[in-house]
Amino acid sequence: MADTLVAQPATTTPARRGRLGPSPWHALAYVAPALVVYATFVLYPLGRAVHLSLFDWDGLTLATFVGLGNYVEVLTDADLRAAFGHTLVLIVFFALLPTAIGLVLAALLTRARLRGLPFFRTVAWRQLYAPDGSVNDLLSLVGLGGLARAWLGDPTFALPAVGVVGTWVQTGLVTLLLMAGISRIPDQLYEAARLDGAGPVREFFAITLPSVRAELAVALTLTVIAALKTFDLIYITTGGGPGNRTSVPSYEVYNRAFRLGEVGSAAAVGVTLTVIIFVINLAVARIGERR
Amino acid sequence: MISRTERSANYAILLLFAGFALWPILTILGGALGPDDAGGPGGLANFPAAWTEGRFGGSMLTSIAVSGFVVVVAGVLSIMAGYAFGTMRVPGAAVLFPLFLLGLMVPTEVIVVPLYFDLRTFGLTNTFWGIALPQVAQSLAFGTFWMRAYFRSRPPSLIEAGRLDGAGSWRILWQILVPPGRPAIVTMVVLTFMWTWNEFLIPLVMATDEGLRTAPLGLAFFQGQHTSGLTLLAAAAVIVAAPVVVVYLFLQRHFIRGMLEGAVRE
Repeated sequence: MADTLVAQPATTTPARRGRLGPSPWHALAYVAPALVVYATFVLYPLGRAVHLSLFDWDGLTLATFVGLGNYVEVLTDADLRAAFGHTLVLIVFFALLPTAIGLVLAALLTRARLRGLPFFRTVAWRQLYAPDGSVNDLLSLVGLGGLARAWLGDPTFALPAVGVVGTWVQTGLVTLLLMAGISRIPDQLYEAARLDGAGPVREFFAITLPSVRAELAVALTLTVIAALKTFDLIYITTGGGPGNRTSVPSYEVYNRAFRLGEVGSAAAVGVTLTVIIFVINLAVARIGERR
Repeated sequence: MISRTERSANYAILLLFAGFALWPILTILGGALGPDDAGGPGGLANFPAAWTEGRFGGSMLTSIAVSGFVVVVAGVLSIMAGYAFGTMRVPGAAVLFPLFLLGLMVPTEVIVVPLYFDLRTFGLTNTFWGIALPQVAQSLAFGTFWMRAYFRSRPPSLIEAGRLDGAGSWRILWQILVPPGRPAIVTMVVLTFMWTWNEFLIPLVMATDEGLRTAPLGLAFFQGQHTSGLTLLAAAAVIVAAPVVVVYLFLQRHFIRGMLEGAVRE
C-alpha cells in the first residue's frame, strides 16, 4: 500500500518498482502467524528447558536452584552414561550399516544392467512409505518374528535386536537418497574408468563414492539423529530393559520427567541431547561442503 | 560387457536386499490373515476382531483429526511464511529464517518436558490442542524451509507479470505460484502427515485420557495386553499402518517428483 502512495522519481520504470515488491511490514505479516505458533510451541519451550535444567524439581513442589548440578550428573551418573553409550551402538545399526548397505544397493540399482531392475527399484521406493515411526517399528518387530522377541529379553542381544529394526527402517531412505546422487554422475566418467581397465570395485571407490559426498552427508545426518532420538522403539519393545541394557537418552528424559519426578535432570538430558545433535549437524554440514 | 561373476554377484546382493526389505511385511500380512490366536479359521475376520478388541474406532478418529489439523494448518502457514522468505524482503530475515531452521534440529524430547508442565498450568494437557498445536509448530520448521526453496526457484518475472496485471501479493501467491507448485506441496503434505501420524511421544505425554489416544498409542497399549498371540497384533498393526500406505500410494507420483526436485535444488 505505502509504496504506491510515495511519489516515484520520473526515471523509475514500473518494472523497477515491481522488483522492490511489497513493503517490509507486508512481508512480515505473511511470516507472523507461523512465527507466533512456532515461537510459542518450540522456541519458548526450548528456552524453558534450559531454565528447568538448572533446578532440582519434582514437578509439584517448590524447585531448588542447583546450577549446573544436573549436567554434572549427566557426565557422572552410571545410568545416564550407559544410556549415551547405548546410543553409540545404535548409531552403528541406524547410520553406519544402512549407509554401507545403501551405497552398494544404490550403485547397483542405478548403474547395473540387469533384468528385473524395475522390480528392485520398486522395492526400494516402497520401503520409504514411512521413514520412521512407531508403526513401522512395530511392524518390523512383529515381522521379524519370534527370534527378535526372544533376543529382546536377553541382556547381551537386546540392544543389537533393537538395532536391527533400525537398520531395516533406515536402509530404504538412505538407498533412495544415494540413488538420486548416483544418477546424476555423468556416464562418461564410468566409460573412461572402464577404458582404463577399472573393475566394478575400483569404479565404486574411484568414482561413485567421491561423487555422492553431499548425499552421504545428508543421509548420515538424518540417520545419526534418528539413532539419537530413538524413543518409541525402546518404549514399545523393551522399556529400557532388561535392567538398563537398552536404555537411551530419550527414554531417560521420559522416565525421569514423567515417572521418577526428576524434571530438572530430565531437562538437562534433553538439552545435552539437543547440543549433541547441533554439533553433529554442523560437523556433517562442513564435511559435505568441502569438495 | 559385464563379466558373469559380476552379474551373479549383483543378483545375489539384490535378492538378499529384496528379501530383507519384504520379509517383515510378508510375515505381518501372513500373520494378519492366518488362523486366529485361539486356533479358529481367522482370515479376514481378524481385522474386525482386532478393531473391536483394541478399540481402534476411537483412536483412529483421533489420529485422523490430529493429522488433518496439523497438515492443513502447518501447510497454509508454511506456504505463507515460505512465500515471504522466498520472494520478499522480510525485516530481520537474517535472524528469523535461521530460527526456523533451528527447529529442524530440536528434538521433541527437549521441548516435551516444559510443554507438559506449562500447558498443565493452562489446563491444556489432555486436550486436542495440547496434542495438535506442538506438532503444528514442529512441522513449520521443515515446511517453511521447504516452501521457501520452492518459491525461490520460481522465475521473478512470473511475480512481476502478475503485479503488472494488478494482482496483489495474496492473489499472486494462491493463483500464480501455488498451482504449479503441486509436487513440492504434495511432498510437504505427505511428509507432515507421516510424521504426525507416527508421532508417539507428544500424544503419550499429553493424552492421559483413553479417549484422546492416537492410533500408534492404541497399538502400543494393545501390544502390551496381547503378548500371547501374534495374529490380532499383526492385524492391528496393518490397520494402524493402512492410512499412511493409502496416502503414500495416492500421492506417490507427485511425492517422488517433489523429493527428487527438492534433492536437486539448492
